[in-house]
Amino acid sequence: MNEPVFWSLKETIKALADKKISSDELNLSYKDRIKKLDSKVNAFRYLPENLDGIPAAIKDVIITKGIETTAGSKILEGFIPPYNATVISRLKAEGVGVIGKTNCDEFAMGSSGENSAYGSTKNPWDLTKVPGGSSSGSAAAVAADFATFALGTDTGGSIRQPASLCGVVGLKPSYGRVSRYGSIAMASSLDQIGPITKSVADARLVLEWISGSDGLDSNCVSSKFKVESSKFKDNLKGVKVGLPKEYFAEGLNPEVEKVIKEAIKKLTDLGAQAVEISLPHTQYAIAAYYILMASEVSSNLARYDGIRFGKTRDYFGPEVKRRIMLGTFALSSGYYDDYFVKAAQVRSLIKQDFDNAFEKCDVIVGPVSPTVAWNLGEKIDDPLKMYLSDAYTIPASLAGLPGLSVPCGFSEGLPVGLQILGKYMDEETILNIGEIYEQNTDWHKEKPKL
Amino acid sequence: MYKPIIGLEVHVELKTKQKMFCGCPTDNFGKEPNTLTCPTCLGLPGALPFTNQEAIKMCAKIGLALNCQLAEKSLFERKNYFYPDLPKGYQISQYRWPLCTNGFLMVADKTDEKRKIRINRVHQEEDTGKLLHPGDQTLIDYNRSGVPLVEVVTEPDFTDTEQVKNYAKLLAQIFRELEVSNAEMEKGDMRLEANVSVSPPGSEGLPNYRVELKNINSFTFMASAITYEIERQIKVLESGEKITQHTRGWDEVKKETFVQREKEEANDYRYFPEPDLPELRIKNLESRIKQEIPELPNMREERLVQDYGLPSSSSATLSASKELAILFEDSVLLGKSKGITPLEISNLLLNVSVKNRPKDSLATISTIEQSKSGIIDDNNQLEVLAGEVITENRRLVESYKSGKVTVIMALVGMVMRKTAGKADPLKTKTILEKLLQS
Ligand SMILES: [Zn+2]
Repeated sequence: MNEPVFWSLKETIKALADKKISSDELNLSYKDRIKKLDSKVNAFRYLPENLDGIPAAIKDVIITKGIETTAGSKILEGFIPPYNATVISRLKAEGVGVIGKTNCDEFAMGSSGENSAYGSTKNPWDLTKVPGGSSSGSAAAVAADFATFALGTDTGGSIRQPASLCGVVGLKPSYGRVSRYGSIAMASSLDQIGPITKSVADARLVLEWISGSDGLDSNCVSSKFKVESSKFKDNLKGVKVGLPKEYFAEGLNPEVEKVIKEAIKKLTDLGAQAVEISLPHTQYAIAAYYILMASEVSSNLARYDGIRFGKTRDYFGPEVKRRIMLGTFALSSGYYDDYFVKAAQVRSLIKQDFDNAFEKCDVIVGPVSPTVAWNLGEKIDDPLKMYLSDAYTIPASLAGLPGLSVPCGFSEGLPVGLQILGKYMDEETILNIGEIYEQNTDWHKEKPKL
Repeated sequence: MYKPIIGLEVHVELKTKQKMFCGCPTDNFGKEPNTLTCPTCLGLPGALPFTNQEAIKMCAKIGLALNCQLAEKSLFERKNYFYPDLPKGYQISQYRWPLCTNGFLMVADKTDEKRKIRINRVHQEEDTGKLLHPGDQTLIDYNRSGVPLVEVVTEPDFTDTEQVKNYAKLLAQIFRELEVSNAEMEKGDMRLEANVSVSPPGSEGLPNYRVELKNINSFTFMASAITYEIERQIKVLESGEKITQHTRGWDEVKKETFVQREKEEANDYRYFPEPDLPELRIKNLESRIKQEIPELPNMREERLVQDYGLPSSSSATLSASKELAILFEDSVLLGKSKGITPLEISNLLLNVSVKNRPKDSLATISTIEQSKSGIIDDNNQLEVLAGEVITENRRLVESYKSGKVTVIMALVGMVMRKTAGKADPLKTKTILEKLLQS
C-alpha cells in the first residue's frame, strides 16, 4: 500500500509538499497502472498525453479545454471544447491535472454504464458486473486506483450509486453548491458535479475547491462550502439519524439490508440516536423524475442538430432517444398539464416530505442502491427495472439535497454503500458523520484485486 | 361596412452593453461575422445563461411606460423549435409568466380620434443569429444571437392602417426617449408583425381566422401590406369564400401580399420554465424604475394642450419630437416678456420646414419680432422685387457682370426704395447676387 497510486488525496498532497515524490513521478505511476489494467476495466474514454499536477479522473460530460469531450456519445465524437468548465479551472488553480476523461452512460443517462457509446465500464471488484452509472468510469477509476480522485455528475444518483457499487466515497452536493458551467446538461434543474474519492476527508477537500458562485451559473449563488459549520465533530452524541421506513421496504435486497442495518448499529454505537421517519411520497418519485428529467433532456439535447457538431441525431443511442421522445411528449400541448405540471407538483410534495422529516432528525440514512452490482447485460433490455435501481437516490435529487455514499460492507463479495442525506446546504454534517463512521470502520481500506 | 381588426407584435432590440445572457457586446452592426460570441451565445455544450439585469430593467421601463402591471412573479421559459439560426434549439423567452401585462396606449386613428389600444404583454427574450446566403451557400452569423429583445403584443384593437402607423411611430419614439433602443427599422432594431382579419357588417365578436403578416422588414411595406390585405380579404369574403388561418409576406414589386405558409402549421413550442434561470422578482423596484421614466411624447402632448392651450393637432406634432418640444417651451419662456404668445410660437415652428427651423429660442423669438416690426425677409417676396429691379436697371446689371461688383449696393438701394426701407438688406443682397450669377 506504499505505492503512490494507493494514496488518498490528502496523503498525496502531503507527499508532494514534503517532496517525497514529484508530480511527474506521481503521474507516471498512475499512467503505468492504467496502461496495465484499464483494458480490463475500460474506465477511461480518453487519456491526454501531457500530464501535470495531482491526477484527477474527469467524467466525460465535464468540459475540458483542448481535450476531446463527448459525454459518452458518438454525436460529440471529435468535439474539442474551446473552454474549461468552472470546476476544471478551479481544480487547475489547486494544482490538479486531468489524467483522463472517464467513460459514462451517454449524456449521463443510465445506471449501469452500459449506455456509453464507447463500451461498458466493468466493476473493478468483479469484471462481469456493472460499475453502476452514470459516473461509471469515475467510480471505477477511483476504485481501481487509476486516479487520486475523480469528478462525476449526479442527476438522479449518478455519483452516489456507482460510488456505492464500486466501494468508494461519492458526494452529491446540494443543488446550487457547485457551478454547473461546463457540465454538459442532462437535466438542468437536477444536475450537480461532485467528487468521487478514496476517503470522506478527500471529498470534503474537493468540495471546498470546486464550490461557490462563479457568476456563470445563476442557480449557484454565494454557496462556497464553509468548513466546520457543523456541531458534530468527534463522536455522534446528540446526532439524530432518521431511517425512512420507505427505504427499508419491498425491493430492498435482504443481504444489502443486513449490511445497512449493521452500519446503522455502528452509528448508534458511536452515540447517534436512530429515529424512524416517513417520506410518504417516495413511491411517486421515480415517475415524477422521469417526466421532469426527460422534459429537460428533450430540450437540452436539441442543440445537437447536426449543424455544428457534425453528426446527425441518429448517432444518439437508444436510451437517449427514449428520453427525448418521453420528454417531448410530456411537454406537448394537451399533455403538459397532466404530465409536466403534475410531476412538478409531486416534486414540491417530495421536498415537503424532507422538510418534515428533518424536523425530527439531523440526517437521513439508508441504502444507496437496493442491490449490489448486477451482471453486465442483466437489465439492459428492461428500462423500467433499470430505473427502479435509483429509487433511493432520486428523491433527494428532486429535493436538491446533498447526499453522501460511504463504503459500509460487502454482500456476495461486492461493495455496499451507506447513503447519508443532509439538509439543504448542510454538506458539513453528512461529511462529519461519514468521516466519523469511516474512522471507526475499515471498509474503505478494502481494495479490489485486479 | 366591413370592419378591419388588426393586432400588432413589435420586437425591439435593446441597446444594453452586453447580451441578454452572456457578456458579449450587443453592438454588432457591420461587425465581422461570429466575432462577438462565446460558449453561451453559441449554445456550446455545458454553457449556461446568466440574466442581464440591465435588460430586465429596460423591459420593465417599457412596460411601465405602456401602462402595464409588473408581474409579482415572472419566469423565463424555453420556446422549443428547430431553426439553424437558433443555436440551443430553443429560445429563452416568456409565455405563461411575462414580466409586464395589461397596459394600453392612446393612439389616433384615421379620423384623428384617439382610441385605446390595449397592450396584452411586454416580455423579455433573446434574439437569434442570422442566416446569410452568399451564392448558393448558407452561412450562420451568431453575432446577434442572444441580443436582448423585448416583445410588445397588442390586443386586436386597431381598425385602420393610419392607426397602426401612428402606433408604430409613437412606440419607436417612446423606445428612443426611454433610451432603451435606437428603434431603427432599417437596422432591424424594431420588427413588426401584424394579424389582420375583417369582420363582416353586423357580425359580433372576432372573426374565426386571422392572417399573419410576417417577415416584412420595412415599416412602409408593412403599412402597404395591411392596406392591401384588408381590401383583399373583403373581396374574398364578398365573393362568398372563406379565409383560413395562414401567414403572408409582402411582394414590393407586385405590390401585393402572398402566401408564405399555407394554414399555420401546428407549431407546438413545448414551453416550460427555463430551469437554468431563477425567478424574476422586480415588483419591488417598480417605484424606482418609474422615477427613471422621463416625460414621453404621449404625456407631453397632453401637457402642452393643458399648459399652453394649444390645439391638439399642434400639440401632437410638437410632441412627436423631443427637440422640437424643448425649442417650443424655451421660446415660450423667452417670448413671455415680449408679449409673444405660445400660439404664435407654435405657428411659426409648425409652418417652417425642418431645414429652415430656427436654431434656438433666441432665433425663434427674433424671427417673430422681425415679422411683427414689418421687416420684409420673406424670400419669395424679396425675389420678386429683386427681379423687377434687375430688369429695370440693365446698365447697372451689365457693369456688375463686367466686374464692377460694387454696383450691387445700388441695386440693393433700389429694392429698399421699392419697400420703403422695410426689406432686409442682407437678405436682399444675397438674393440679388444669386439672381445675377444665374
Ligand atoms: Zn456570448
